[in-house]
Amino acid sequence: MFIVGALVLSLVLLSQITRQTVWIEGSKSFAAQPRFWPAVAITLMVVSFALHLWQMRRRRPNPLDWTEARRWLEPLEYVLWFMAYVFLVPIVGFLPMSLIFACTLTWRLGYRDKAYFWIAAAFAVATVALFKGALGVKIPGAAIYEVLPGGLRNFFILYL
Amino acid sequence: MDILFAAIDVLARWDVVVALLVGSIGGVAIGAIPGVGPAVAIAILLPATFSMDPIVGLTVLLGIYGSSMFGGAIPAILINTPGTAVNALTTYDGYPMTLRGEGRRALSLAYSASFFGGIFSVICLILLSPLLARIAPMFGSREIFLAALLGIILVIVAHRGQILMASALTGFGIFLSTVGLEPVKYTRRFTFDQTWLASGVNLIVVVLGLFALSQALILLTMDDEKIRITKSRGSLFQGFRELARHPRVAAISATFGVFMGMIPGVGEFTAQFMSYTTARKLSKTPEAFGQGSSEGLIASETANNAVPAAAMIPLLALGIPGEALTAMMLSVFYVHNVVPGPGLFLYQMDFVVALYLALLILNILVVAFLLISTGWLVYLTKIPNRFLGMCILLLSFVGVYSIRNSAVDCAVAAVFGLIGFVLKRLNLPIVPIVLGMVLGGIMEVKLRAAMNRVNTPLDFIDRPIAFILFCLIVVILMNTLWRIWREWRPVDRRTQARKASSHFAQRIAGRKTRHYEIRTKQQRRKRSYDHMGS
Repeated sequence: MFIVGALVLSLVLLSQITRQTVWIEGSKSFAAQPRFWPAVAITLMVVSFALHLWQMRRRRPNPLDWTEARRWLEPLEYVLWFMAYVFLVPIVGFLPMSLIFACTLTWRLGYRDKAYFWIAAAFAVATVALFKGALGVKIPGAAIYEVLPGGLRNFFILYL
Repeated sequence: MDILFAAIDVLARWDVVVALLVGSIGGVAIGAIPGVGPAVAIAILLPATFSMDPIVGLTVLLGIYGSSMFGGAIPAILINTPGTAVNALTTYDGYPMTLRGEGRRALSLAYSASFFGGIFSVICLILLSPLLARIAPMFGSREIFLAALLGIILVIVAHRGQILMASALTGFGIFLSTVGLEPVKYTRRFTFDQTWLASGVNLIVVVLGLFALSQALILLTMDDEKIRITKSRGSLFQGFRELARHPRVAAISATFGVFMGMIPGVGEFTAQFMSYTTARKLSKTPEAFGQGSSEGLIASETANNAVPAAAMIPLLALGIPGEALTAMMLSVFYVHNVVPGPGLFLYQMDFVVALYLALLILNILVVAFLLISTGWLVYLTKIPNRFLGMCILLLSFVGVYSIRNSAVDCAVAAVFGLIGFVLKRLNLPIVPIVLGMVLGGIMEVKLRAAMNRVNTPLDFIDRPIAFILFCLIVVILMNTLWRIWREWRPVDRRTQARKASSHFAQRIAGRKTRHYEIRTKQQRRKRSYDHMGS
């Protein structure tokens, strides 16, 4: 299933190569052509996927294949958690959102012991303190920090 | 000597010292947690190191790279689960020793062997530097192109049994490197009129998706395991004495590690495998291998720890990463406008020697840390998988979002996380995508530059190093094709039902043949008896 999908994608890319890349007339060498390397890469993909598919044993799909395909969809839930975290950080703030994210996801994963929630919260605080506070990585301040009074607002925007 | 003092001067800073400590301790801890590994940690930390000095950032990353294998031996020996992928062979002999109640002896042997491998490799690197400094300037555009091509071919060929998938995924990596605005003619390639694709696909975003996010997704969707740690006795220092009794195994394994580390695309697995099989051949007790042999443990741990320093050779001398971790480190160089390659050896030799010295100090720090902290590092192996997945997911956000505060980057990383998840479930390799992306970009630039000075195809290989590299490529390709040709069997593509019916027909046919043969023999015998007048 994966190989068929990958081969179809490669063929679609190959069919688009004349639209998505340019061939320059009178160019000094083939290596300077913008189309050259995409063509090499996509040809390698098409040939390799096709040969792999040709080498595979033919058999009808069985229930195990569908079980495996369903397992590929399982992480989508966590991808949604991740994207929700991404969109909410600029609004709620890095520290509050990390605390909410760590604790709620811990609960979702089935941990009910209080110790896990404390460890999750401590981990979230430590991550924010280390990366934004100490290492100064670029994560913008949140919209809700604007309502805080002057000095506190600056501190929150800079470090939390 | 002046260079040595200059290098010490580069290292004699509080931030470098902190980086050494953080890298070594962090790396050991990361290695000791099964399911994290240096690739995930380096991918997450990569954007954070961009704001640091190159020597500080690289020391942290090198620390994690070099020390994670030390830490990875702990779960490999005590709970039969390798902390990092390259500790897999350690479980063969380490775990049986633990079952015999010799866990601490096994740990001590692993630490001492890793320490020897690391130090041996750094000393080789230092001794080789004058030679590298002389050879490196002989690498022009065409030599670097051919070396990168050789790296790509070796990455593909190294995936035995998965060569076609490795080449397809390498092609995918090269394709990703071509997306966006092309820097010479300023034309767009495969942007599908999307502005966010014009700047191309960011390597760090892909690396974070493929390594960190996919690992988080794998851990989040798996069950937690109950881990029981067996109590063991013995001193953590006895391994050093025992290592001294096997100097030949240690030296051979470290040499394999250094050579395999230098060759792009080969890495720890081949080094370990070759040193382990050689050690078994040379051993007086080959039957003990796999049953808790100290020589086996020394062979695997020495070889894998000799690789990181050696893997820096193609990266520093030619700017060609041989594996995913050095490919990630390459981006740190580029961010700081330090271009690894021949120029680095010519103009910034103090920087190169400082890196070697950092590696040397790192090995000493790691062993000292392990000797005092093994007792509590063991508890890191007990962190539940799903909880660990949550922690990696949170850290992955920091890694991706801090690059340019882009939600699109996070979405792209999530897509690559899903791709990595599927690839890991299907047991397909991820490294070819990353190396294809990095080496593809290098090949494009270098081939374009090289072709300006080439009139006929033969001009491309008219210099000695270019010719040697070309010959190596041809030999490897011919050897691989010959091996595939010899091992090739026509695949039986018939359905199960058709195969069963054909098998039945064959059996019947066989029975029919046997039946007629027996009848014919009986008839002949009868006739001959008749002839004899019986």
